[in-house]
Amino acid sequence: MKFSVYRYNPEKDAAPYMQDYEVKLEATDKMLLDAIVRLKEQDDTLAFRRSCREGVCGSDAMNINGRNGLACTTAVKDLSEPVELRPLPGLPVIRDLIVDMSQFFKQYHSIKPYLINDTPPPEKERLQSPEDREELDGLYECILCACCSTACPSFWWNPDKFVGPAGLLAAYRFLADTRDQATSERLDNLEDPYRLFRCHTIMNCVDVCPKGLNPTLAIGKIKEMMVRRAV
Amino acid sequence: MVKREVVGAHYGLIDWLYQRVTALVMVAYTLVLFGVLVANPGMDYSAWRAVFANVPFKLLTFVFLLAVFLHAWIGVRDIFMDYLKPVSLRLTAEILAALALVFYTGWAIHILWGIK
Repeated sequence: MKFSVYRYNPEKDAAPYMQDYEVKLEATDKMLLDAIVRLKEQDDTLAFRRSCREGVCGSDAMNINGRNGLACTTAVKDLSEPVELRPLPGLPVIRDLIVDMSQFFKQYHSIKPYLINDTPPPEKERLQSPEDREELDGLYECILCACCSTACPSFWWNPDKFVGPAGLLAAYRFLADTRDQATSERLDNLEDPYRLFRCHTIMNCVDVCPKGLNPTLAIGKIKEMMVRRAV
Repeated sequence: MVKREVVGAHYGLIDWLYQRVTALVMVAYTLVLFGVLVANPGMDYSAWRAVFANVPFKLLTFVFLLAVFLHAWIGVRDIFMDYLKPVSLRLTAEILAALALVFYTGWAIHILWGIK
């Protein structure tokens, strides 16, 4: 199988370049990650992140043939050759396919991704009705792989100011949680031309999400909450 | 001055709503205008003038133009926010755009109420 891989080692290379590889796959190499691991056997200078290899940890997010996705959940048979592998767009490259995710996590932390409730916790747990719990479906499953935010032009332009689809999905996850008491503060935190309203609903995030989530829908619901609060 | 990243202007919702509402106004006006064209096939210049000399239609056109200008203000400012990074440059561009739109509003009044 033919590959064209983005290579960049800032300690040695003056500029990034694409390197071609040809890898002989075994019958058990079903997913792209298997192929990349095979590729690393051939050239151990290639750097990439991986961990769980089953689409749960979000480590091996990369740009595959021009589209963000997880290498471990992308089937080799679905890829056209040469398979072009690049790091996630819009984030600083540390080396080869590894990007610096600090900015992404900074935005995630800025929305306070944890339950805020000042009342004393009950003996067992804070309960929700099944209907209230249902609203959290499609929100809590996010694995923070950054495929969505790094596919978003608004995030490319303003990564320091726009929260990005992943962060906003998480923001709505807590806005939608009936156990959370900081709804108004959370909305105040997002009521900003940059933080929330840089989203122009182009839906690249929905298109690439490897978990099939819909950040655009969540962003729409945040806007709806703001309208309900304001009018 | 400290060079810290500052966000949290606490506006955004109202502009976002304006953009949606003005878009609806534009759609409505476009349909009305289309209706006028369909209802009066083969309009000549004097008939066209007569349509715009009608005061309710004048007002409707003016509301439409205000919607266009407000819509354009938000859209153009969004573009400046994305592409003009130095604050001084962005502020200058925004002031110029705002002045232009105020000028266009005056111009629109001049044109519309110039039709007798």
